[in-house]
Amino acid sequence: MISLGNDEITKYPFLAEAGQYLKDKGFTLEQFATDPDLQIIVDKAYERVECASYGKIFNSTRDGSRGDTSLPLEVFSFLLAIVLLKLSDANTLITKFSLAEARRAEKFLEKDLIDNMNKTSEELAIKIFKDLFSVSIKKTGNHFVIPISDYLRHAVNFHEIEWRLINRHVEKGMVFLNSHETVRLVRKELDSYIKSRIRSVQTPSLSQGFEEKVKKLAEMAKKFTVTTTIISTEYPPCIEHAIKVLNDGENLPHSGRFMLGTFLFGRGQTIDDIAPLFKNAPDYNEKVTRYQLNQISGETGSNTKYSCPSCEKIKSNDLCFATPDCDYIINPHQFGKKRS
Amino acid sequence: MLERDTKFLEETFKQYYFDHFDLIHVPDRSTQREFGYRKFNSGMNRHISLKNDKDLHLLLMTNVPSDVFCSNACYSFPSMAMAEKDWKEADLIFDIDAKDLNLSCRKEHTCIKCLSCGEVSLVQGSCPKCNSAKLDLVSLSCQNCISGVKKEVLKLISILTDDLGIPSDNIITSFSGNEGFHLYVKGSQYNQLGSKERGNLIDYIMFRNATPETFGFKKFKPSRSSFPEFNEPGWQGRVAKELFGSKSKRSKAISKIISDGYPAYRQKLDEIGKNSIGTKIDPNVTVDIHRIFRLEGSLNGKSGLAKLNCKNIEKFDPYSEACLVEDNQVEILGKCPIEFRLKNRKFGPCTNERISVPKYAAVYMICKGIANLA
Repeated sequence: MISLGNDEITKYPFLAEAGQYLKDKGFTLEQFATDPDLQIIVDKAYERVECASYGKIFNSTRDGSRGDTSLPLEVFSFLLAIVLLKLSDANTLITKFSLAEARRAEKFLEKDLIDNMNKTSEELAIKIFKDLFSVSIKKTGNHFVIPISDYLRHAVNFHEIEWRLINRHVEKGMVFLNSHETVRLVRKELDSYIKSRIRSVQTPSLSQGFEEKVKKLAEMAKKFTVTTTIISTEYPPCIEHAIKVLNDGENLPHSGRFMLGTFLFGRGQTIDDIAPLFKNAPDYNEKVTRYQLNQISGETGSNTKYSCPSCEKIKSNDLCFATPDCDYIINPHQFGKKRS
Repeated sequence: MLERDTKFLEETFKQYYFDHFDLIHVPDRSTQREFGYRKFNSGMNRHISLKNDKDLHLLLMTNVPSDVFCSNACYSFPSMAMAEKDWKEADLIFDIDAKDLNLSCRKEHTCIKCLSCGEVSLVQGSCPKCNSAKLDLVSLSCQNCISGVKKEVLKLISILTDDLGIPSDNIITSFSGNEGFHLYVKGSQYNQLGSKERGNLIDYIMFRNATPETFGFKKFKPSRSSFPEFNEPGWQGRVAKELFGSKSKRSKAISKIISDGYPAYRQKLDEIGKNSIGTKIDPNVTVDIHRIFRLEGSLNGKSGLAKLNCKNIEKFDPYSEACLVEDNQVEILGKCPIEFRLKNRKFGPCTNERISVPKYAAVYMICKGIANLA
């Protein structure tokens, strides 16, 4: 386990053992629910979740203290945010929260990696890469050098061509990256790690002091839940899977979103029909969603109307969940029509 | 294949194995490997577990296989069905075959065999005897193809050592026993990689999916100084040498590249990847982490030549050194419209003629389907 000082735990609060941390600081959950002096921390925790739900990164003051007492406000607000999320049982919010927290940690990791003034921060960042993501990093000048095999294990998560090894500086079994690329490399895993830490926390019993906030979070979660989900048994399994992923508030890769959009356009649906499907996506932004749907429908941009990718392409993107009903089809649009 | 021919090949292969046990060994961690073999006129037997050389030699003597294979992967339970084997890791493997090089000499040493009537003739669209279009291409020995493959092998070795950091001692190069070479990388940092990751590695080796930006052409405001330099390591240096020819021509070549534009440069990179600097490995082999790969020292059922390790690839002459079957004379009915060479001796052309040839040539021709035992 990584040992952490106050500054480190403020930056990477997900590394703390929640219950133990509170105990070590001499607090119980009950105190936060009842002590009016601690209400400010509960408010901050709520803000933190709210901020994440809108896809924003929680603005970190990083002074980590509360003027009068030197309480590690940021760590407490993170831990209490988890408590509130667990109590509200809002899966969508957990997904959005972990993504926002991952982005926040990314900023610190990137800064720490190049912090020549503070060796401890640099060492911690390198240790986080090693312990959490099995990536060995060596610093050479302005570059971060990692073994090709470590690079490939993470780079396969990216569809963008610039992440292919051929487009990297490679020498003697190592890949050379800058700090931003190094951190970007583990984005997905960082998000998954934080999510798994949150999911592994046991849901505490609901104290009265948290009731109002929990209720508000449950209400907030409803806003992100699609009520007009289009699930049709006529859809091929890849499309059903994509819709399910979005409904569960999980992240659907870009290629999956493209497949879903083009498929539904092909079925004659409109942007207004399709856009709400993406409402649950952890990085949902209505403007961006509509812009991208407009682009693939050919309404804007190059005016090219994109068609649904072939089964082969979908398979290569790991988005195929073929059933025997898919036999002999080469494009999802043929599902239920073509038989040999 | 005729029963008589099968019997002849089996006897010859058995004799070879008996005489050359010293060349055929189980690889390291043999108990974790999956073995497999094929018999003449029969399908593949897989999911076999062997403990040591003794087990392997017993398998060779009992089953007299036409081809013997061993997995590059290690498993907890190698003899179970694929889903239950519990994959641990797989050594990196490469196959470079002459047929993938598309050399111009190819048509000179290739003939066709009609799958309907068995007629063997020079390459043409249909069988001259029965007009059937169901044809098999039969390629015979060619030194030019071997030279071409060797060049690719040397290119691959340089990428493996210089770029991928694999010590040259860990790379085993072998003649495949037919028209190519196999490279086997023992225990490297890449052993734990799955198929998808290996796919990315293959793109690197074959120089596929390179972007103009990586090789110096920024989409907006391209700068001359960002183009690759001759002395740069890895692909940057190789691309510089390929595109500019010499240091003195660099500046002029960059001016042309910039004036031709970004899309043309992308096309150029694709083109040099496909036609010159990219290494022409068979991607299906390297990406496969459950493959059973021809065992070194065994005979190749498609030719009767041995898969042999070659320490000095430049000097290695496969059509002499890997031709390990005896040379006593055998009478065959040869149907070979073109000439070929083995052990520095010329054979063919012959049209349904009864001829007497050394046993290694008889085996080669019967394995290739262009002769029968007389």
